[in-house]
Amino acid sequence: MTNGAAPAASSTRRSAIPPAAWALIALAYLAVSAWSSVRLPNSLFAFLFFLSSLFLLYYAPVATVLRVVLGAVALLLLMPVIGASNAFYLEVATQVGIFVALALGLNIVVGLAGLLDLGYVAFFAVGAYLWAVMGSAQATVAFGIAPLASWWFFPFLVLSVVAAGVAGVMLGLPVLRLRGDYLAIVTLGFGEVIRVLANNLDKPINFTNGPQGISPVGRPPLFFLDAWNRWLAGMGRAPWEESAVYPFVFYFLVIAVVAVVILVTHRVEDSHVGRAWTAIREDEAAAVTMGIPLVRMKLLAFATGASFAGVMGMLFASKQYFINPESFTFMESIGVLAMVILGGMGNIPGAILGASLVTILNLQVLKDLSIWLNGLRQAGTIVTLPIIGSYNLASLPAQLEPAKYERMVFGVILILMMIFRPQGILPSRRRARELHDVAAAGEVATNA
Amino acid sequence: MTTAVAAIDFELLGRIFPRVLVDGILLGFVYSLIALGYTMVYGVLEFINFAHSEIFMVGAFIGAEVLLILQAARVLAASPPLLSLLASVLAAGVIAGLLAVTIERVAYRPLRGAPRLVPLISAIGVSFFLQDLVRMIWALHRNAFYLTYPPIEVFNQRFPAGAYALWGGAAAVAIAAIGWLMRRAGRGVARARFESLSMLPKYTSIALGIVSVGLLILDPNRVLTVPVKSLVVIGASLLVLSVLVYVVNQTKLGMAIRAVAEDQATASLMGVNVNQIISVTFLIGGLMGGIAGALFGLQFGTVNPYSGFIPGLKAFTAAVLGGIGNIPGAMLGGLVLGVLEALAGSYLSLISGGAFGAEYKDIFAFSVLILILIFRPRGLLGEVVREKL
Repeated sequence: MTNGAAPAASSTRRSAIPPAAWALIALAYLAVSAWSSVRLPNSLFAFLFFLSSLFLLYYAPVATVLRVVLGAVALLLLMPVIGASNAFYLEVATQVGIFVALALGLNIVVGLAGLLDLGYVAFFAVGAYLWAVMGSAQATVAFGIAPLASWWFFPFLVLSVVAAGVAGVMLGLPVLRLRGDYLAIVTLGFGEVIRVLANNLDKPINFTNGPQGISPVGRPPLFFLDAWNRWLAGMGRAPWEESAVYPFVFYFLVIAVVAVVILVTHRVEDSHVGRAWTAIREDEAAAVTMGIPLVRMKLLAFATGASFAGVMGMLFASKQYFINPESFTFMESIGVLAMVILGGMGNIPGAILGASLVTILNLQVLKDLSIWLNGLRQAGTIVTLPIIGSYNLASLPAQLEPAKYERMVFGVILILMMIFRPQGILPSRRRARELHDVAAAGEVATNA
Repeated sequence: MTTAVAAIDFELLGRIFPRVLVDGILLGFVYSLIALGYTMVYGVLEFINFAHSEIFMVGAFIGAEVLLILQAARVLAASPPLLSLLASVLAAGVIAGLLAVTIERVAYRPLRGAPRLVPLISAIGVSFFLQDLVRMIWALHRNAFYLTYPPIEVFNQRFPAGAYALWGGAAAVAIAAIGWLMRRAGRGVARARFESLSMLPKYTSIALGIVSVGLLILDPNRVLTVPVKSLVVIGASLLVLSVLVYVVNQTKLGMAIRAVAEDQATASLMGVNVNQIISVTFLIGGLMGGIAGALFGLQFGTVNPYSGFIPGLKAFTAAVLGGIGNIPGAMLGGLVLGVLEALAGSYLSLISGGAFGAEYKDIFAFSVLILILIFRPRGLLGEVVREKL
């Protein structure tokens, strides 16, 4: 990452604590949090503690090199170690990674270019189905060819980027003339069309296997495992199981893709393309007047955002081993939108923070709440409430399961953020500056 | 139907056509009622009220709840069916209307003047929130994910429409004559009032005429029967729509609504309380959405917290098809879309030899939406609106 990646460059933010001390603090924080996550493998708080260390790292005014090194250590070394002690956290981290990439992709479309895309998950589906069909027995059913060998996984990573990008352009071309809110509805319709197609293209020719979905989806080859197991055998130790290795493989693949996505987003953001997107977002008419090729730039935004989703869709399909159209509903699109808005539109760390928070909320907090409530229900705990009086939780309806209320979470996030903090938790520097300038101008005006 | 694409059975296609048409018209009226909520709000605020589909769903839940309470109190079977229906539909409409007003206050009003996408995102949030709120309420209340409408005996009987086709035709002519007379009655203001009211008999007679002629042609043996339920739904929708047309075109309130839709600033200079009118618009839109929900539930039997989404989207399509912001447009768009969808739902599979089933009818509606937006964004009856700079 280049210098620009550090938003809180030490020159702008004066801190009483010298940089060296900051480095030590970050290091200690990372070490303690990682250690506690390994020692307390079932503690959610320890895990959140560890994740928060990444954000501390990002905002600590230390040298960029140190920041990158420490971040790499945390993600590439400590996280797998934590994952080895609790596989669920590795799964959470992988999911977070997937959604970070999705949020970053949508961030380009919505946050930078200002095009509200409500069917974003369609591109995720394009990538997922591309590989799921070609890399599984479904290839024989659909096209009468043998399933592709596992090494095709890697060419398909590129191909899924291209396919989703093309899908993005195809969606973009007819709808670009539309005004913002119409565009939102049309993209929503497009997302539904893709889902319905996935659901129904099991006849007349069976492409997608309909609602039953496709399983098993092909997985990447493990070139190293044989040699490694032979070496382990030579050492007199038990070989590694494929099934135990795959979660780590997918984790690293996701991290790699996220790294590329961050790099691309970051490089694009301040390029002429990124500026053109911002200009279009702020005022389309003015942007055209300044000579920005509107159609090309909008298409580029669609294609870029879509391609991120496409490659992640493919990884997702392969990781899940099984896909069906249920994974690509409108709710997923809104979930990603909620992530982008919660974190802060148009801002890379914002999108990452939003994706992490929402994913962890969904995967962990709601689920834990469900388990807790079920426990109370089974124990027949009696609570005394002010108005209702004493209430036996055993009679709490079984339909009430917090884990299924993610829509409510997304809804509350969207409403509250729009009303109270439309710029998000971590507003983009540009937005913050704009808001700051507006405030300053207001002050001048009142003083005058 | 799964055999190879043999000759298409045109005789069968013709035989089911009247039934399909009735289904389409019924669906069309429900879409019209919902579409009016979208189009009226769009008219005054230039904003897509994404949560309107949930208003509709809440209406359907309230409608079912009222009937279930009546059933539990053992009055449902004893009281006249139309009375129970009235109670259910009115409760659904009123509660949905109040809900719409509340939503506007809480989630939209603070965002007025913000960039266009901000209230839209808030509306999506409201929509999702309401889905799970309803789910939670009925989980606690009845431990149920979905509600089933209790059957009302009379409504499930069938009306021998085919046998009455000639009568229908005669009625169409009579209604058309009434409309013609209305257009010529009165003087001055009264004349204008009658003239716009004559829209109602005009369209009713056209619709009835088409239905009757269609029946005479397609059902020569006069054997077609239609569920009484469907007729009730169609009748109730017509009633609500005509009241709305009257309110919007003939009352002071309607004039204020149209003024606000035209130009908020000027309307407020003319002494219109803009905020109040916007609330009233939401109330009316919600009222019709709720009524549509209860009628929809009555027709299709069950309702779950997520069942508002697809009808809502289609009603929005209908509003766009008719020209968003345009009230007659929303009605026309709803009817056209409903009939098209029913045709697609029934015939796609028959014509394609089973390759494309009724599942594609949803896609069909979206494709219509996309095509309209590309080729005629102002819709069938809409005016050209230039983007304000």
